[in-house]
This record gives sequence, structure tokens and C-alpha cells, in this order.
Amino acid sequence: MGGSTPSEFEPGLNGGDFPAPIPWLGTVGQVQPLDAGGRKQPASPRLIQIRRAGAGAVPTQATRRAQNPTAASATLVNSGGPSALTLPKKAGPKRPGSGIPARKVIRVLVWVRRASQVGFVSLFLFFLAHTAFRGTFTATAGEPVRLPLPVEGFLLADPFVAAMTLLSTHTVYRGLAWSLLVLVLTLVFGRVFCGWICPFGTLHHFFGWIFPSRYLRGSKRVESNKTHWWQAGKYYIMWASLGAAVVGSAIGGLLDPICVAVRTIGMGVIPALQYFGVRSATVIASSNVRALQNATDSAQDVLSRTVWTANQSYFHQTWLIVFFLAAVLFMNRFIPRFWCRALCPLGAFLGLFSRFSLFGMEKDHAKCTDCNLCLVNCQGADSPQGGVKHRQDECHMCLNCESACPEDVIKFRFLPKRTSTITKPDLQRRTLVAATAAGAVCIPGMRIGNWPDKAYSEKVIRPPGAVEERAFLERCIRCAECMKVCPNNALHPAFFEAGIEGLWTPILIPRIGYCEFSCVLCGQVCPTGAIQKITEKQKMGIGQKPISIGTAMYDQGRCLPWAMATPCIVCEEFCPTSPKAIWPEAVEVPKRDSKYQKEGEQAAMLTVKVQRPHVDPALCVGCGACEKVCPIVDKPAVYVTNAGETRSKTNVILLENTAYGQS
Amino acid sequence: MSDSTRRDALKRLGALGLVVGGAAATAKFAYDPGGFGLAQASGERQVRDFRIHHPASGSEPVFAIAKSSTNPAELVQRAVDAMGGMKRFVSRGDVVAVKPNIGWDRMPVHAANTNPLVVAEVVKLCFDAGAKEVIVTDASCNEANRCFQRSGIWRAAYALGANVILPSAHRFRDLRMKGEVLDQWPVYLPLVNADKVINVPVAKHHNLSKFTGGMKNWYGILGGRRNRLHQNIDVSIADLATFMRPTLTVLDATRVLLRNGPQGGNIDDAKDMHQVVAGLDQVAIDSYGCTLIGEKATNVRYLKLGHERGIGSMFWEQLPHVEV
Repeated sequence: MGGSTPSEFEPGLNGGDFPAPIPWLGTVGQVQPLDAGGRKQPASPRLIQIRRAGAGAVPTQATRRAQNPTAASATLVNSGGPSALTLPKKAGPKRPGSGIPARKVIRVLVWVRRASQVGFVSLFLFFLAHTAFRGTFTATAGEPVRLPLPVEGFLLADPFVAAMTLLSTHTVYRGLAWSLLVLVLTLVFGRVFCGWICPFGTLHHFFGWIFPSRYLRGSKRVESNKTHWWQAGKYYIMWASLGAAVVGSAIGGLLDPICVAVRTIGMGVIPALQYFGVRSATVIASSNVRALQNATDSAQDVLSRTVWTANQSYFHQTWLIVFFLAAVLFMNRFIPRFWCRALCPLGAFLGLFSRFSLFGMEKDHAKCTDCNLCLVNCQGADSPQGGVKHRQDECHMCLNCESACPEDVIKFRFLPKRTSTITKPDLQRRTLVAATAAGAVCIPGMRIGNWPDKAYSEKVIRPPGAVEERAFLERCIRCAECMKVCPNNALHPAFFEAGIEGLWTPILIPRIGYCEFSCVLCGQVCPTGAIQKITEKQKMGIGQKPISIGTAMYDQGRCLPWAMATPCIVCEEFCPTSPKAIWPEAVEVPKRDSKYQKEGEQAAMLTVKVQRPHVDPALCVGCGACEKVCPIVDKPAVYVTNAGETRSKTNVILLENTAYGQS
Repeated sequence: MSDSTRRDALKRLGALGLVVGGAAATAKFAYDPGGFGLAQASGERQVRDFRIHHPASGSEPVFAIAKSSTNPAELVQRAVDAMGGMKRFVSRGDVVAVKPNIGWDRMPVHAANTNPLVVAEVVKLCFDAGAKEVIVTDASCNEANRCFQRSGIWRAAYALGANVILPSAHRFRDLRMKGEVLDQWPVYLPLVNADKVINVPVAKHHNLSKFTGGMKNWYGILGGRRNRLHQNIDVSIADLATFMRPTLTVLDATRVLLRNGPQGGNIDDAKDMHQVVAGLDQVAIDSYGCTLIGEKATNVRYLKLGHERGIGSMFWEQLPHVEV
């Protein structure tokens, strides 16, 4: 053909099982690309000819140099045939190789995908920031307090969460039915959720793009974007999670990407931002310049009603959660979207279903020049390049490869030929079974170390409306929605208080915040029913027994009226029940005067009136308001433990509450 | 023979001098002599005095009790009118802080917070008197958003154009009050930075201090760990009432919590009384208010303290007052 010579091709192209190379075609680099930015000139007829007839129809005199972007900016100087002279002097964005632009629909779709990613991340962050009760002036006094938005929406649409809880409880809890939408989407289009929707995936996409290491350039990036054996890891994590779910634990939520995103951003990033913001504002306000103070006040007013909350949130032992986020984000420097490729069980779950997808990739290996542009841009490490089979289950459907391909090799279409596609995950059956079994056996393994009925920590105060502990572990996916929404910062991720299995499940720490008596928001946002959607009437016990999450106990050796003859009973003041569960006993107690009357004499004995607090266990709901407000700061004189919690039939104090045979 | 040129040597010596000089200067200016710089209470008590010092005619009563209606707004109007009208207290262009009790996550029927209709009427009267801005706020005990919403005060005050400020950490700054127990304490700034302050408490039972009304309502200007104050609640209330001298006090006794105070929680704990008291003397108003729950002023220690400190008079019967 024409003036093509072997020198125009990369060395080594002819090696291996590749089809014979196709000679270089067209006056590449001088052809007006179809999408020349800003220019209204019609596309070159030659180019259209190339696209229609495929390679081979057009003679070429192009040299490699013409494809060089630096040389291309000074087009027409040295190379190019007569036809090239008719082209404008400045070509648009250069495309290497044959320079055949991707189909317009693909180029548009890539931008639609980017818009979708930005949109869904924004929606996710918006929901997350509004997973907090901020009140409204529009509500009347009697209106029940609920969040106006479905802030847990992303979790409801998470089919992995639905699958785990289906296996553990044999039910699909309320809103989780929405996850069917994502499943159907996957069955039609493959893992579009990962590439287009998932906020955590987008976060990784972004970090892989903005902070690549210098070891992630050029051929190293190509290498790291090839399919690796360890990408099977996420499948084993997923199978292990499902195995654990079968034996009754939704512990797989620890690694579910939506749960991770809520947990890490909600309990790490946002509070840290707030800390930073408030500290900065304090420094600015200390300048005592009135205008600056007013400005910081206004800024903080706005931020505390949009991004964070009026008071700084603290979360128990979140360092590990934040460290985890930092670690997986850091991995993007070396392996783009390491989390998505290696760890994400939701991605694996969707990969399982993407084999049936109607939409997929077709490759024309013959046209591939091994330019590796597809690999440079690949997100899923799903082998988009020529010469190997495409990995349908790994593909995020980001369409970057087709958009980047200058040779017409890659085509996404409905009902593609699957001759060069692997649809099934690359797993070894034995390892798969072993992983599932490992997930299943680790639950009893963890529970004999901390069985909910034995050696059950008194610190595990579950949120109001939480179901019985074993049912709770079947449902709790550790998504941290309840902790994020808690208006008093009372709910915290357990570290090892609830055993290893209970890592990052919610516990109430009254010392940091107490359970607001009439608040039921944690149940509202719980996507799996680990905390049921109770009403205020149920919780406060209007016309029924209230829901108790524990019982307050006095440490009489630390209590001011009991031990130090000092009036106090703030606990009684804050006790929210009526009649109050804390009742004061008025007594006169002796107290030694704190100073000598005269030198050398004994200090006088006085009599003071104090009110000594007592707890009525029949009325106490375990909200922890008393513990929160106790003036003994370090270790309060009144504290709540989970004794007498309504949800348990065994952890009962009073005989009257023992209700065997009732449900 | 030198390896470096003169220029080079000067540069290096200059750099050395800069670093050493800089380090010495830093040490000099950032020198920390150590020790504890604890502030000690000293000097006169701090006072935020918002009272008016120009009696309209001299014949106005010290306080007025309105009890001739079941409509809270009307009661407020009558009581304030008997005191000479809101124009006597609020001047054109004033920034007025209205301080109701929004302490608890309770509904109006529980009578743990000020009746929203009473607050609304006070806000309205302030605007009618020409106030530029009316701030309605309180530092709540329970979670503030819930308290503001469920008390009904947020909605009622917002509807009238008041600036309802929700308490958040940055609104508090440490202030020296120089009281007996309250020395330095974080104070809620919107309430002390206004031109006029109107206290709109609710009369109710309190288990520790026996009665809570106007004086105890000033707990709501404090941040920090208020729970410590309960060890000496009466003195701390007296300290607060010494510090805060409001323009006007409007005590809401339209519905009074008789037991289980200060939170209540049961509708049966409260009783309709249909009274509003407006006046200048917080001690006298509280002394009258405590009779509503069957308490004697002499039994309420902080009233006695307030009387002794000269904040007001606990013998309300002897003061000029009217019933309307």
C-alpha cells in the first residue's frame, strides 16, 4: 500500500499471536479531526471516508513525525501530501495513531458519565451533610421530628447490602427493595454503578487522576492498569461476606463502599473539617476586629447549618476508620482505583451479575496498534487492549477506552459478540468455596469470644429501637448513618466493646452525648432495620411501656450528695421521664466545715440539707442524660449500662419485666 | 589561601548571622516564663445594665399582673400597657434581644418552655415600638434544634420577622462576670450584645431551687458546664440576676408547671393559670410568681439573696403594682 514502510510501526508489533499488522493509512495528524475544538469547519471528507470504509481505503504518505504532537502544531511545514495543504494550519486536539476519533456518541457519553459522577458524588455528600437534624421554623410544635430527605438513599440502592441482609434475615427490609434498580441496571449495562454512580468509586477515580505518583506515568501506568491476579481479592471478600451473612452476621458491611464512604466521610472528614474551620475561626475572631468576627460568625452560622452541626462532633476511636480511608486513597498513587479493583465487595457482587449484561465491548484485534491508550485511561483494569480478552466483570463501563482508542478497535454496543470477552470472574472454585467457608466459620469463631449472651459488655448500649442483639448483628451493616444523624453525638462506632464482630456497630456513650428522649432519627435512617422505625409514642411510652436502652446506676462514693454532703441533683433535673426515674430523698447530713473556726481547734461540724438521688428501675429508660450532665467530669457518679434494655429477654433487672412466652 | 571568594564568604556569614539572629529573636519574643496564669475574681461585679433610666411619668407601677383574659397575646398587651407601653422600653432603631425559656424539648402544652404566643406578642410589640431587629434566642439544655422547633417559638417568632438565633459554640465567649460563684464563664453573646434585653421566662416548678422564673432564666446566657452551678444554685442565680439587669421582664404564667420541674413531660403536671406579669423588678416578679405554684418567697433562697443584694424586693405586695 502507498508509501507505507515497516519503519512506521512500533517494533515488535509483528511478534506473538497478533494478526498481521495493517499498514499505516491516511495523512494522520494533518487530518482535521471531527471534533476540532471551536472550529465550525466540516469534517474532512477523507476522514469520513476512513471511518466508513475502514482502514485500507485511503493511500497515505504520512510519516511518524506527523503524528508527533509537537511537530503537529507546526503542520504543513515538512510533511503531508497535497490534500493536507487544504487543511487548516492549527489542528485541534491531536490524536495519535491513525487519529480516528471515537464515535461522537461515545465522546458525548464520556462527558455524560463525568457529569453523572459529579452529580452523584454531590448528591451523596448533600445527603450525608443533611444526615443531621437541624430543625426548621416551618414546623409546628406538634409535628413529629423527621428528616425531610431520604438521606440513606444510597444504602437502600446497594444490592450487596440487600443480599447480605436477605441471607441473614431471609427478608428484604423496606427501602432495600430499591437495590433491585441497580441490579437491573447491571444486568443491562454491566457495572455502570461503579463507573457512573458510586460516590466512593468516583472519589478514587478523582484521586487516581489528580494525585498520581511519578511511578504512575507512561508505561508504568499502562502496566498497573493491566488486569492483575489480585483483582480476584474482592470476589473472595464478597463470598466471605455472604458466607458470614448466611450464618447470621452482616459484618460484610465493614467493607461495603457506601458504608465505608458514610463512615469515613461522615465520622472522619466532616468532623475534621469542622475542627479545622472552628479553630481557624477562633484564631480570626481573637483578632478582636469586629468586622472579622462578624464575618466568621456568619460563615460558621452558614456552615453549621449546611456542612456540619452547631457543636463539634467527636467519634469514639475513629482513628482507625480515618486511617483506613487514608490508606485506600493513598493506594491510588500507584494503582488507580485500587479499592475498586482489589477490595470492593459491592463491585464484585455487581461483577457477578454483569456477565449477563446486554451491553458490552467488542474488539477488533486486527486494528490494534498496541498504542496502549486504552490502558492509560482504563479504570477497572479490565484488559481493554487488543490481543487479550476483555474482562466484562471487571469493567466499570466508563467508556474511556473507546474514547481514547485511535484505531477503531474498541466498540461498545448492545448484544456484542463475545468472542473476545470473558464474562465470568476469574476465580478458582476451591478458593471461592474456601473463602465462603472462612467467612461462615469466622462468625462463630468471633462469637465464642464474645457471645451476646455471655461475657456481654455493659458498655454495649444499643440505640433505641434496636432489635435483639443477634438479630441486630444480622442486620447492622456498620454504615454509621445512625451515628451521623444523632443530634446529641451520642452514638459512636464500637471499637472492641461489642466484640471483634461488633466492630463499628453503634453504641451509645452517654458521657459524650445522651439519647434525646423524644428523638427517633436513628431508626429513620437505618437502612436495614437493625434499628426499627419507632414512633415517639413507642419510645417515650405514651400509653405503653417506653423503650428502655439501659438503666442508670449511682456510684455513691462519687456522688456529691451521697458522698460529699454537697447539693447537686442535676441528674434529676435532666431526667426526661414523667414521673422522673430519678427521685431525690431530702436528708440532713453532717458536714465538717472546710476551715478552722479558731487556730488550734477542730473544724466545726455542720448540718446541711441535701437531696440524695435514687433510680427507679421501672421508669428509667437508660437515655444517659443523667450521666451526661453529672458534674463529676472524668468518671461520672451516675452511669448507664445496658441492664434492663427492652430488646433483650435475658438482660432484665425486674421480675415484672421478665416476659418469657411473650414476644 | 582561601577557597572561597570574599563575596561568597560574606554571603555565608550573612546567612549564619540571619539564622542565629532570627533564632535569638524568636527566643526573646516567644519566651515563656512558666507558671499558672489563673485569673482571680477581683474588683466590682460586672453588670450588663439594660434598664431604662427615664420613667415615663413616675406613676407607673413596678409590675403589672394581667389576668383578665384567656388569650396570651391579650394578657401580654395589657400587662405591658399597664407598664407604660412598649414604647417606654424600646426606642426606634433598637436591637432588642428577647430571651424566652427554650430550655427543653417539650411542646407548649407541657409548659416547660415559654408559651410561643407570649413570645410572639412580645416580639410584635417590640417591632411596633420601632425596634430595628428583634433577636429571639436561648442556650437550651436539650438539643437546641429540637427545643426551638418543638417549643413552637421558632415558628412563631420567625413568622413575625424576628431573628431566631440557634445557639452554637462560636456564639459563646468567656466573660468576667465577677460574681460570687460565677467568675469567668462562657456567655452567650447575642443576649448581651443587644441594646435592650427583654426577659420572657415561664413560671414553673424547679426541684432544686423550688421555683424558676425570671432570675433563673438567666442560666440561658451561660455556656460551658452549667451543671456545676447546681451545687450552689441559689448564689449562682443571684449572681446572674446581678449581672443581667433586663429592660423588662415578662413572666409567662398562662400555663404553669406545678411538679416534675423544670422539664415536666406530662400534660397533667401543668395547669392553666392565664396570667402574664410584666415589670421592672425581677425579684418582685419571681416572688409573686412563686405564689402561683404554692411557694412562699421566703422559702426560695435566691429570692432572699436577690433582695439582700438590692436587685429588687421580695416583698411584692408592698410594691406599687396593678392588676389588669
